[in-house]
Amino acid sequence: MRLNKDDRVIHPFWVMVYKEVSDQVRSWRFIILAGLMILTCTGSLYTSISNLSKIVKPDTAGNHLFFLKLFTSSNGTLPPFHVFIAFIGPLIGISLGFDAINSEQNGRTLSRIMAQPVHRDYLINAKFVASLIVISAMFLALNLLVIGVGTLTTGIPPTFEAFIRILAFLILSIVYVAFWLNLSILFSVRFRQAATSALTCVAIWIFFSVFYQIIVKLIAAAIVPQPGAAPTSQIISAEKWILGISRIMPGQLFSDATTTILVPSVRSLGPLTVEQVYGALPAPLPFGQSLLLVWPEVTGLIAATVICFAISYRLFMKREIRSR
Amino acid sequence: MDAANLPQERQPVIELVGLTKKYGDVTAVDHLNLKINRGEIFGLLGPNGAGKSTTILMMLGLTEPASGFANVCGINATVYPVEVKEKVGYLPDNVGFYDDMTGLENLVYVGQLNRLSKTKATEKAKQLIERVGMTNAAGKKTGKYSRGMIQRLGLADVLIKDPEVIILDEPTLGIDPRGVKEFLELIVKLSREEGLTVLLSSHHLQQVQQVCDRVGLFVKGKLIAEGDISTLSAELFSKEPFVIEAGVNNEIAVNGHTDSAGYLKDLLLKMDGVTSVDYKKNILKIYCARDMSAEIAKKLVESNIGLNSLSRKEYGLDDIYQKYFENEEVA
Repeated sequence: MRLNKDDRVIHPFWVMVYKEVSDQVRSWRFIILAGLMILTCTGSLYTSISNLSKIVKPDTAGNHLFFLKLFTSSNGTLPPFHVFIAFIGPLIGISLGFDAINSEQNGRTLSRIMAQPVHRDYLINAKFVASLIVISAMFLALNLLVIGVGTLTTGIPPTFEAFIRILAFLILSIVYVAFWLNLSILFSVRFRQAATSALTCVAIWIFFSVFYQIIVKLIAAAIVPQPGAAPTSQIISAEKWILGISRIMPGQLFSDATTTILVPSVRSLGPLTVEQVYGALPAPLPFGQSLLLVWPEVTGLIAATVICFAISYRLFMKREIRSR
Repeated sequence: MDAANLPQERQPVIELVGLTKKYGDVTAVDHLNLKINRGEIFGLLGPNGAGKSTTILMMLGLTEPASGFANVCGINATVYPVEVKEKVGYLPDNVGFYDDMTGLENLVYVGQLNRLSKTKATEKAKQLIERVGMTNAAGKKTGKYSRGMIQRLGLADVLIKDPEVIILDEPTLGIDPRGVKEFLELIVKLSREEGLTVLLSSHHLQQVQQVCDRVGLFVKGKLIAEGDISTLSAELFSKEPFVIEAGVNNEIAVNGHTDSAGYLKDLLLKMDGVTSVDYKKNILKIYCARDMSAEIAKKLVESNIGLNSLSRKEYGLDDIYQKYFENEEVA
């Protein structure tokens, strides 16, 4: 006789994850975020489809990957899908995590849950895993929807490579959102007030997406010599410096990585000299090569995520669980 | 039979040895030694900030002691918190539930965290909700519960894991007087039925003395006195364990004496066993070494004053408390 699923003993960690997922999915904030994502999706899909006939020219190399254009092209009225994700991703991550721990504290449930026979890290891990599941499900659904709508409107299904690249893009987006999620969980451990933690996250997001770029441009203007005014090697090394500085920004890592994955003709993320490009065939890179190219970016993103998680983990584990 | 008088060879359920906690320069709990026996209801009493909650947190491994250790059911709580928490139910002060879940759902969740299947947890939660008298509110979201209802649900929440020990931190805080009485009775009833050891902390002395087998008086991180209430009062009021209060008429006129109060005092002080006499607002307070109610009554009646009432006062925790602070000030 098969056991009813309710008769099974589920490991407490997964009990917590189930609860967190159902909390997230039922909350207003998730509905709003999902609405926002659907709007983004339809908006960028509309602009790219209306633009598709202009970009895709017959008999050019890489037409077997034309499907990716759905994600990257735009008629200029709205940014393409992957840029939109780079912009909205942080918002999703922040809003799913900014009150993870402090809401338990303020609702006075933290000490009650911590008095149950579970390890203390279960709570913070469960919150992270649950939000990650929610994000992954949402992104997977959206990406599959884009593929579906694209196939229906163009009448051409994606090739296997295009599909793999879209999948890689999906994983990248999840890692990127996971970074912001962890950052916001960190602040939810650090700050008692949910509003403070949300505001701090948003401040960091705005700093990186607006001000940091300005700062990088200022530095660039100061250290990169005019072409012709200095030897090429010096210009290249200065450019590399600028690139290095801008790559502290997680958004930059993400857009570098997604561009390479979704636009297979991108061959390098740094400066290329004419000598280096000379003789190269104007063909898209194979997927493996693109992946190799973005490997440092992906590692960087994962590292940033792990660092945030490690700090919040340590803060939470060392903390005294008071009921007030 | 009083639980405190159980055979001594039994292993104590809670054993605190040299337990110390420091926050910076402040010592919140100072070399605390305490043993609580199985089946006992122990009251941890003390003013706010005495270190009661900190002590409880250390017993559950929710904070680390600076030195010393806390053994609960024979397990070191700092090293094996999860094992301790399997056996100990803890109701934090000012407990909260997930507001958007019903009372039943909240309990089932906790039951599942204690490794019960959903079916079992639901069954058990329903039983407990009935036992704490909350059947009508089980399907209501806890966000709409009153303070008293939350405390009752909290008690069910603590019991769902079949604990050996329950620790209640300020369980009567914020409940109205009638609710307090009912709630304390519920605690006593449930703990006697299940043979539980109960540790409850409070700063409200009157309430706790009704239910506790034994109390510990906790001030500034130190346990200053410990025992059942009669032992405690004997300890602190060793010179004058009995107080007799006599209500007398407005105008004391005894045989034409002008200072009749003074005359009465002298009269009473001459009796063997009376240590001191206070007169305030028509009430004579007579402190004596033994129970002298009968003799005093006789004396007062003979002296021809209008005696309205005579009662022997028993020391409650309030007086014990008061006495301690008086001693403190003198020192």
